[in-house]
Amino acid sequence: MPTYTLHINGKPIPIEADEKMPLLWVIRDIIGLTGTKFGCGIAQCGACTVLLNGNPIRSCSIPASAVTNQPITTIEGLSPDNSHPVQKAWLVEQVPQCGYCQSGQILAAAALLSKIPHPSDQDIDSAMQGNICRCGCYPRIRKAIKTAAAGLKPASSLR
Amino acid sequence: MQPRYLSTSRRQFIRNTGLSGIALVLGAYLPGCSGNGSSDVIKATGGTLPASTELMTWISIDNAGKVTILNHRAEMGQGAWQVVPQMIAEELEVDLSQINILFAPGNQKKYGSQITGGSSTVRGSYKHLLRIGASAREMLITAAAKKWNVDEKECYASNGRVIHKPSDRSFNYGDLVADAAKLTPPKEPKLKARIDYKLIGKPLPRQDIPMKTNGTAIFGIDKKLPGMLYAAVERSPRIRGKVKSFDDTQTKTIPGVRHVIAIKRTVFENNFEGVAVVADNLWAAMQGRRLLKVEWDDSGFEHISTEQLFARMHEDLKKPGLNDRTAGDFETTFQKAPTKLEAVYEAPYEAHACMEPLNCIADVKDDSVTIWGPIQGPDWVQEDLSKRMGVPLEKVTVNMTFLGGGFGRKAFLDYPHEAAVISKEIKAPVQVVWTREDDMTQGPFRPGAVYACKAGLNKNGHIDAFQTKMAAQNMDLQNPGADLHRYNGSTTEGLCRPYFESIGNHSFSDIPTISPIPVMWWRSVYASTNGFAYESFIDELAHTAGKDPLDFRREHLDDERYQALIDQLITITDWKSRGKNEGWGVAITECFSSIVGEVVKVSRKSDGKIKIDKVIALMDCGWYVNPDIIRQQVEGSIVMAIGAATKHEIHFKDGMAVEKNFDTYSMPRIHEIPDIEVHIVDNDEKAGGVGEPGLPPLAPALCNAIFDLTNKRIRKLPFRLDEV
Repeated sequence: MPTYTLHINGKPIPIEADEKMPLLWVIRDIIGLTGTKFGCGIAQCGACTVLLNGNPIRSCSIPASAVTNQPITTIEGLSPDNSHPVQKAWLVEQVPQCGYCQSGQILAAAALLSKIPHPSDQDIDSAMQGNICRCGCYPRIRKAIKTAAAGLKPASSLR
Repeated sequence: MQPRYLSTSRRQFIRNTGLSGIALVLGAYLPGCSGNGSSDVIKATGGTLPASTELMTWISIDNAGKVTILNHRAEMGQGAWQVVPQMIAEELEVDLSQINILFAPGNQKKYGSQITGGSSTVRGSYKHLLRIGASAREMLITAAAKKWNVDEKECYASNGRVIHKPSDRSFNYGDLVADAAKLTPPKEPKLKARIDYKLIGKPLPRQDIPMKTNGTAIFGIDKKLPGMLYAAVERSPRIRGKVKSFDDTQTKTIPGVRHVIAIKRTVFENNFEGVAVVADNLWAAMQGRRLLKVEWDDSGFEHISTEQLFARMHEDLKKPGLNDRTAGDFETTFQKAPTKLEAVYEAPYEAHACMEPLNCIADVKDDSVTIWGPIQGPDWVQEDLSKRMGVPLEKVTVNMTFLGGGFGRKAFLDYPHEAAVISKEIKAPVQVVWTREDDMTQGPFRPGAVYACKAGLNKNGHIDAFQTKMAAQNMDLQNPGADLHRYNGSTTEGLCRPYFESIGNHSFSDIPTISPIPVMWWRSVYASTNGFAYESFIDELAHTAGKDPLDFRREHLDDERYQALIDQLITITDWKSRGKNEGWGVAITECFSSIVGEVVKVSRKSDGKIKIDKVIALMDCGWYVNPDIIRQQVEGSIVMAIGAATKHEIHFKDGMAVEKNFDTYSMPRIHEIPDIEVHIVDNDEKAGGVGEPGLPPLAPALCNAIFDLTNKRIRKLPFRLDEV
């Protein structure tokens, strides 16, 4: 079996796995970081989103062997203690319900804000429409992105 | 897989909690430790609480005063993890942010009903949980008073301590719990008045959210047991197909593949067959599955199609139905009515499409079964597996994890049983993971439904006669031996109750569609389709009568609670000030003991296409615990309903579900969601449901708004907004 090195959350991690094995399963089942979720397996739902060089990618549809030696960030690497501004905004606006898609939503939002610090509604629409939320947290996701952009003053008056 | 008791108990508990608003099965109302005083037998997710004493069922306290409150219901997004402890902590006088919250394992004898469905978490157990918390508080006060040798009346509890007012001395709960646990719980603990609540009624932040923003929340799919293997199951693509033979030569070339076995999953006692590939890791199991060659015997089921199903339902509407509810004389009144109206409505089959695909871990030993998974009814799974695996109830341990969505699908018993069957066969703990395609194509689905509505208006534009016939698969009739002549008791689910009084001549009936397609509860169950038919038709009648849709409803909903709801709806939506190029629609439905009114505002974009500008919802769920969770649930219900009304449906062709993944089952996404504003009625009614009642009014309110704007009546879901 081929060996290669992944750079996940700032650490080099040697991997020995089938070269076709998707990044998602390497992250979850070999490295053991389960915050990245399996949703559809065909890059349609965004539950498996991680950041590659700061850009959101669908880890279910990319072989891990194709992204060696490039920085990858998972939800655990964004910050383990919820100190990242997007995580803080998610707490302020009480975004998650079931929470299953939220790692992907948060990473997509973090990538958006790193490129466009004050996104318009259209910016949010285009950056976030690859991430499905069956619980329907979309209105709060939009609010939380604005809250994070505004330096954490809630976008809506918290009730 | 669906024993009759399951269906009965769901129905029964909807009835019990729906009609009376009281808890149906109360858990043990006893001090902890089964009376034996031992302090190491409190079962929770992941094992026991070693250093704690169980003061009352649900409540344990260690010697340092750390309080643990168990949550006995599933947490699938709807907030049980927050509201169960929030209720108990209120009466126990502890700070919610200072306590542990853990899942209780399945144990109906101890916790009462744990099935998380029918929007029952609060309405089904609030009185009991408040008493549990209050009893524990009173026992701690009694224990403190004894220690000080003072009158209990001079003591009170606050923030995890008992305080002696005259001397200002205090004990931490940890100093008292050992003594308190030896006391007999009070027969009539004194509950706090609503006005004195510090936690209940407040929008306290959810305790599960920090785990869901940093990836530490453990869902079923994330759980691992030592020595656990992984299974992927090749399932018959055609409904009820059987394994004729399979060739696993290629499968076994994949490193890590250990077993390939034919298995059966039972759905309403019908076998759904497949071939399980068990491997050291999930990727190997999935790869091995892809290389399997299975020959299926699916004769007899190859012609099922959506067209055929709905054609039959429309044909069935000509037949006399099985009468659920009737009053007066519909037929004569209808014939004599000066104004008559008839309309037929149609709603599709749907998939639950939880973001977390089905999965379950089973570890079956000779004399025990242990389950871990995203499970809506741990007590149901425990009872079912005890019977099916032939293991005593107390030897079946069912542990809940967080659920990545449930919506009814994860209340079904087939997937834990399937995992148990595989584990037993391979003699090892195993996690079965369904792919999205498995999850979406195998059902059970929300049944599609067709409604024929007829009504007669008198000369004053008041409804004198009202009839609905529903043609749809009846979920209850899938149980073996079910009486096929039994009416569907949920034909009026979703309809506002005062209509039964104000419309003297009415008739509600159904004609059950018999089909091998497995169907079951989907968020808000029958109300999810009934509401569309009823509230669209009421709107059509209002327009026919030349009356304002809200005035028309007010005239027929002669009930104080409804009148107050309508008053508030008018205020919060500015109902009287609709602009010229706007379409506004309203719908009001009642289900799971709550009433929800929704107003949808639409307009045409510059390109001529319809846009939903805003949804305003008003929820009357009576007594409530956490208003922010209610807002979340109604927001989510509205989004899910927008999807079912305008985005997706499951079709069948050649005996198979057509939509297999999110590329064809098109879910609503962030750019398609309007502003949503949720208001909550404040009154002193009994607690009603929260997780489901916000869903049914959306589709009719939307279609009524589109009619208001365009004069075009939509009677079939789903429809495309850009094609109106």
